[in-house]
Amino acid sequence: MSERLVSSTPAEPARRTVSELDALPLAPPAATGLSEVVRRRYLLGMLVRNTIKSRYQGTVLGWVWSYLQPAIRFCMFYFLFQVMIGRGSSMENFAIHLFAGMVIVHFFTETFNGGTQSLVQNRSLITKLPVPREMFPVARMLVAGWHTIPMLIILLVPCLLLGWKPDLVGMAAALLGFSLTAALGLALGLLFSVGNVFMRDVGKIAQTLTQFVTFSVPMMYPYTLVHERFGDSVAGYYLFNPMAEAVLLIQRGFWIGTTSDPDATAAVHMPDHLFTRGLIMLAVSLVLLVLAQRIFARLEAKVPERL
Amino acid sequence: MTTMIKVDNATKAFTLSYQRSLKQTVLAKARGRKTHDTFNAVDDVTFSVHEGEAVGLMGLNGSGKSTLLKLISGVMRPDSGSVLTRGRIAGLIATGTGFDNNLSGRENLYLNAAILGMSRAETDRKFDEIVDFADLGKFLDTDVAYYSSGMKARLGFSVAVNVDADIFIADEALAVGDRPFKRKCKKRMDEIVASGVTMFYVSHAPGSVRTLCNRVLIMENGRLGFDGDVEEGIHYLHYDDNGDDSGDDDELGTDI
Repeated sequence: MSERLVSSTPAEPARRTVSELDALPLAPPAATGLSEVVRRRYLLGMLVRNTIKSRYQGTVLGWVWSYLQPAIRFCMFYFLFQVMIGRGSSMENFAIHLFAGMVIVHFFTETFNGGTQSLVQNRSLITKLPVPREMFPVARMLVAGWHTIPMLIILLVPCLLLGWKPDLVGMAAALLGFSLTAALGLALGLLFSVGNVFMRDVGKIAQTLTQFVTFSVPMMYPYTLVHERFGDSVAGYYLFNPMAEAVLLIQRGFWIGTTSDPDATAAVHMPDHLFTRGLIMLAVSLVLLVLAQRIFARLEAKVPERL
Repeated sequence: MTTMIKVDNATKAFTLSYQRSLKQTVLAKARGRKTHDTFNAVDDVTFSVHEGEAVGLMGLNGSGKSTLLKLISGVMRPDSGSVLTRGRIAGLIATGTGFDNNLSGRENLYLNAAILGMSRAETDRKFDEIVDFADLGKFLDTDVAYYSSGMKARLGFSVAVNVDADIFIADEALAVGDRPFKRKCKKRMDEIVASGVTMFYVSHAPGSVRTLCNRVLIMENGRLGFDGDVEEGIHYLHYDDNGDDSGDDDELGTDI
């Protein structure tokens, strides 16, 4: 064995010549920033794939679990709200209304919470090797996105059974909702991940905030309820929450189409200027993302020693 | 001559926190005690390394060697001053870091190579060489969780040593595993040195510094205490005082 090895190991590690080296810039040893994450997308892809892979490691059913869990959850909702409580009387297909919201909220909380923990969890790597630190929150967002796909499929099946057909406006709404959530989740993930390095309390704050999100969006109750109970002014403030817009946009994309009279449902249960609101919130989230990246870049230099 | 590493007045300060919780901090403040302290792990260090130089970095424990190395590898950035490098930096720094126990040896090989900056095509090209070197046999497709610590170290070492580097950094025991593997490592290191790569080598072993390096830097309490000839450097550190160095210490393998 060792004889073969000796011959198979070339004496020269292929190296650049002096002139090639001269052409390279003298630069800080490790580049950082979101652009560097894009440049090293091969590593990013690998981190994402491995995280996904190791989630169901050692299970017999494997990826089937990622369908089974949301499917069971949906069945529970269906039974509880449609059959037992009979919400259907006042609102059509409430289970879909709820589940559509859950899909996007789940994507958001996984991006946000996962991102917040991502630097601390990869401590051993970050303190020893030069890897762009933004990569970890971004990877968590992509992992969360991947886990959203089975949930979307589970959502689509009852939608199709109820006669839902994809329409352009609805798809645009859903896409806007997802983009807005991705930008917001990543912005908060970046911000909180670096904060969490300095004070682990930040992680607890993130957890508390995600609980708040679940109840402050119109999924367990219709938006109309907020409007009815608290009137125009409070409903206006309620809609300042970008996640409320995101949930409404997803419901516009899926739930509305399953009702018997989509136009009437939209008129009753969706706020005015939904798309304008959504676009404004997307812009706000993108600005927040730029700011978060700036703050991250400033604090990041101290990350390895504080981890 | 091409400058490969250029360190100008680099300073890196660390903060020592004595208290963690709010209560402790408030109490300490009330009693007029210090709540934190800063010290310069690397203090105003300036030097440059040219193409083809093999530099040994020596110094007592806590003198700032590892921090300086982290500044050069890019893990940390200086608080003031600058650290500039040219080309790809790789080598034996924290080999095997980032191994995922849930993944097979093969998957970890690709992951580790990607962390060290290799592309898929490059890893594919070197795959056989790395696998041959690690010599894991049928364990290649087993989860790393079931590896012995020696096997894990061998895989990490094999990947690290096969990355094409413009600056080669070594900061750990060069020889891991059993005796045959140690020999293989030494041979490989000699090849790397013979190839004339720019090298930055952290060690406590005067023997290996003598064989591998043609220049020595010595850190003293964060400052650069000595920069020059290997023998003079070793003498400066008084590492040549007694005869105890003759044994294992002179070989590769007793570092850090």
